Amino acid sequence: MKVLNRINSMEDKGVIAAFLVLFITATVMFEPFFSLLNIMNILRQVSMIGIVAIGMTFVILIKGIDLSVGALVAVSGVLSAYFAGRSMVLAILLPLLLGALLGAINGIIIARYRIVPFIATFAMMIGARGASYIATDTKSIAVPMTAKAYSKIGRGYAGLVPVPVIIFFLLLFIAYYILKNTSFGRKVYALGSNEEASLMMGIKVNRVKIAVYSISGLMCGAAGVILTSRLGAGQPVAGMGWEIQAIAATAIGGTLLSGGVGGVKGTFFGVLILGMITNMINLQGSLNSWWQGIITGVLLLIAIIVQAQEGRRIVSLS
Amino acid sequence: MNGKTLSLKPAVNGISFSKHGAAIIFILLMILNGIFTPNFASLGMLRNLLLQVFPIMIVSMGMTIVISSGGIDISVGSIMAVAAAALAKNLGIGIFPAIVIGLSIGVVFGAFNGFLIAKFKIQPMIVTLILMVGGRGIAQQLNNGYVISFYDHPFVELGLYSISGIPIQVFVMLLVIASVFILMYYMVLGKYIQAIGDNLRASELSGIKTFKITIIIYALSAFFASLAAIFETSRICSADPNTLGRFMELDAIAAVAVGGTSMTGGKANVIGTVFGALIIQLITISVNMNNINYYYSLILKAVIIIAAMYLQQFRTKGTK
Amino acid sequence: MSDFLLKMTGVSKEFPGVKALNNVDFYIRKGEVHSLMGENGAGKSTLIKILTGIYTKDSGTIELNGRQMSPQNVLEAQAAGISTIFQELNLIPDLSIAENIFLGREPKDRFGKIQWKKIYVKSTEALKDLGINIDVQLKLKDIGAAIQQMVALVRALDINANLVVMDEPTSSLDDNEVKVLFKVIRNLKERGVSVLFISHRLSEIFEICDRVTILRDGKLVGESLIRDISHGELISKMIGKDSESIVSNKKKAIDFSTKETYLTANGISSGIMLKGIDLSIRKGEIVGLAGLLGSGRTELARVLFGDDQAANGKIEINGKKVSLKHPADAIINGVAFCSEERKAEGIIPNMSVADNITLASFSDITRFGFFSRKKQLQITNKYIKQLSIKTPGANREIKFLSGGNQQKVILARWLALKPDFIILDEPTRGIDVGAKSEIDKLIQSMANEGISILLISSEMEELVKRCDRVAVLYEGEKVGELQGEELSVDAILHTITAGHNRKLQGANK
Repeated sequence: MKVLNRINSMEDKGVIAAFLVLFITATVMFEPFFSLLNIMNILRQVSMIGIVAIGMTFVILIKGIDLSVGALVAVSGVLSAYFAGRSMVLAILLPLLLGALLGAINGIIIARYRIVPFIATFAMMIGARGASYIATDTKSIAVPMTAKAYSKIGRGYAGLVPVPVIIFFLLLFIAYYILKNTSFGRKVYALGSNEEASLMMGIKVNRVKIAVYSISGLMCGAAGVILTSRLGAGQPVAGMGWEIQAIAATAIGGTLLSGGVGGVKGTFFGVLILGMITNMINLQGSLNSWWQGIITGVLLLIAIIVQAQEGRRIVSLS
Repeated sequence: MNGKTLSLKPAVNGISFSKHGAAIIFILLMILNGIFTPNFASLGMLRNLLLQVFPIMIVSMGMTIVISSGGIDISVGSIMAVAAAALAKNLGIGIFPAIVIGLSIGVVFGAFNGFLIAKFKIQPMIVTLILMVGGRGIAQQLNNGYVISFYDHPFVELGLYSISGIPIQVFVMLLVIASVFILMYYMVLGKYIQAIGDNLRASELSGIKTFKITIIIYALSAFFASLAAIFETSRICSADPNTLGRFMELDAIAAVAVGGTSMTGGKANVIGTVFGALIIQLITISVNMNNINYYYSLILKAVIIIAAMYLQQFRTKGTK
Repeated sequence: MSDFLLKMTGVSKEFPGVKALNNVDFYIRKGEVHSLMGENGAGKSTLIKILTGIYTKDSGTIELNGRQMSPQNVLEAQAAGISTIFQELNLIPDLSIAENIFLGREPKDRFGKIQWKKIYVKSTEALKDLGINIDVQLKLKDIGAAIQQMVALVRALDINANLVVMDEPTSSLDDNEVKVLFKVIRNLKERGVSVLFISHRLSEIFEICDRVTILRDGKLVGESLIRDISHGELISKMIGKDSESIVSNKKKAIDFSTKETYLTANGISSGIMLKGIDLSIRKGEIVGLAGLLGSGRTELARVLFGDDQAANGKIEINGKKVSLKHPADAIINGVAFCSEERKAEGIIPNMSVADNITLASFSDITRFGFFSRKKQLQITNKYIKQLSIKTPGANREIKFLSGGNQQKVILARWLALKPDFIILDEPTRGIDVGAKSEIDKLIQSMANEGISILLISSEMEELVKRCDRVAVLYEGEKVGELQGEELSVDAILHTITAGHNRKLQGANK
């Protein structure tokens, strides 16, 4: 019953239905799909983009956008690789800090200097990508074989569950809790729903904005560490195109690009849908990898048209 | 006009930084390079600059149109890839038909952008983001993921053609700049585009068909991107769906921002964009020639965009 | 100690070119419901904005509870005990009722978790105190406008308001919702909270208010207990009727019965704003649309210009039925529309005077997509001269011109189109006196050239002065038409009041 109630909550209904349809289709079409191994595999594959999409959900909830996520994943991943052989603590903490710091810079440029989010984060995307190329001289930075514990972050398992999946779920839960149950979380919704009213109600709008972009940066830092650990190398080209995947997952998940409505639960299913499509392309075998780009584009297109229509319906009703 | 009204406020003539800033910066950069960069001051260098700035220049012209209408188009790089792929795929049926196909497919994609923006009132950035990502996938699909090279095809002569030593790109560039200049300042369509960027509602109430014009705006942007792609493809003798036009949106937006076109729409500065594009390319070249890592130029461009937009705020504030 | 809660003394505020408030005194007593009345541009909204911290005054003093104050922003005003329920509600549509009441000051446990139960219980009780039973977990956007206002009110009261300012709270409410609101206002009064209640519906003022202050042209024209003033007196004070001057200023009657009809509109209906309006205009005739704010004046104009589509009704121009789906359709049919929102819907700020003038008529000076700059300048200079537009030149950006000159440029834009019919919505609002009389003359000369004119104005005196015939609207219906001998400010007022009374009777039945 509880499940049914949950499905009935308006915002997530569409995405969960889409998820179920896709899940059943995949199960029927591809025999290897419905196995614990494959499903764990999908979860592990989506975990990093999923973590980035959590941050993106915060950003889109305040009616912003963050195009720099892929580059931030790369730059923090590279930093993590540098320290992986020396100190595991630093290899985790420094990239997280760097991610949060660069995110905060995004936020400050947007909130204080009033540059539109997509230009500010676009510049950050280019700048951070450039920085990671410079730092690595465009080569991969290998993680030493001796960093055994470090490599567990991306490659390890806890029982049957891959560690990245555990981290993803943990962050998902924390984000869910923050958005639902803390004053900050509610301010995020308030700001995205009506910025002027939020200001009038005494909310320190700029602070919330900077915090939100910092969170997005922090999530990129986390994804960067996991990715580097998983690949055994920090790559300056990592995370290319992740911004669109994260935006698509968020939009498909029902978070309105116009802000104020949605949440990480929907984003979770959005991420799963993207992951399942990739998985199906792989299982199908004859479709090429670039279909991922096309399908992501089409899904985003559908999501925003649905959102635009929905928005118009609400306007005409009121 | 009588003398009394004329004396109310002197018209702002002469050199103003917002109007001519890009030209001033360009000249300064040229002088600095002439002093510090070895082998900079040479004819070959000038030729190189003009050749290399070609795609940025052409795409920035389209971007000037889009930005002055209050929009943005970040799909230009992918549209270049699509147009190049469509062209390369159809070279077998003749050079001219292949060019027409490449251009038309690009224009259709642009019109699609414009349609979505006008019809669903979605932010241009999101709409063009879709094609930015999806477009590259389509380009790869058209080419089956391969780089199509055609070193021995007569098509390559197009990009290498020159008239009394001056590369054909220079003529195309001049033609495009002149066309956009005329469009924006002498044609009604240009007036409508800038009016929409300045005050959409008032334009609509003045009987301007904003829906149709929005489609034209993005189709034009895509047309110029495709045109740039055709010459680039010919010059480098291959169509690479992965790399052609990558970061082109960055360069074009930077060129327009530096050139002094208001990022919030309403006022196109076509000549400013010309210098803006030259500056962006000059940065890339100076970085290269001084053996500085190319990627520093990316960071520099990112800073330039933010700085240009930040400075623009003061200008618009000052006049309101 | 006096029983005054608020004392605003000698308050003035000037905007470029307009003296919005001129030495105004405004007092509110403790626990009373007070109304501020005045037509557009009377200074009503400026005064409220100063009181609530959106504007700062140029001079004068504000005392609240005997203490001097000068709020610099809304939050400061709130902290001082003045809470405003704005016309555009400042609440968060996507959050629940309870959250809107508690946003930013939620009770939390040790872990920073919001104590939802507490919030729900408290907000349910707070609303119950105002006599409203509702599930406080509903999203704000899913409840009616009246309840939304109650939510804003509860939030305001919770931050301990002494004075609640309600700016047009009833404009989007239906009759039942208004009753609920009034119940709540009476409830507040009993608690000793003062209410500043703004509404353009006179019946509401007389029903709920204790006292009224009337402003006109930025000046205080009177203050009175509501029981000491009649409808007619109140309206005439608002409008500033001086019966002798009206008689002398009245337009000479012209007989239009022989002239051809230009436009006929039948049964125009649209939502709740227009309820089956008929209107016809003859060639060269100036028809005024009178009515209080919210009577449907502007809405009717927008339908006639194709900017809004009527749900029902038909429009004929020169005897032929037309379908107006876009302003461009209306323009092709010779209709022009000069919006009351000059900034938002009129000027193209960064374009030159010349471009602004020819914007709607580019097709006349264009061949093969190229427009003739020479012809553009000819047209521009012709209108600069004819309308004596003060500008350093045809190429000056319009944003540098004064309001009155901007308005002339917009008028020139429509004149350049050589229209058969022009709709002018508040053409003289926010313009200084000199420019006003010039625009007056211009309107008359347009009519003399055979252009039909629909003139919308909240200044009835001006309607009487300029129009051949005046159609009176009341809450989306045409309640009368006046012309010739019978046209006077008194008659317009009488027609509005009659319409109002008819409506009351209808409601009581």
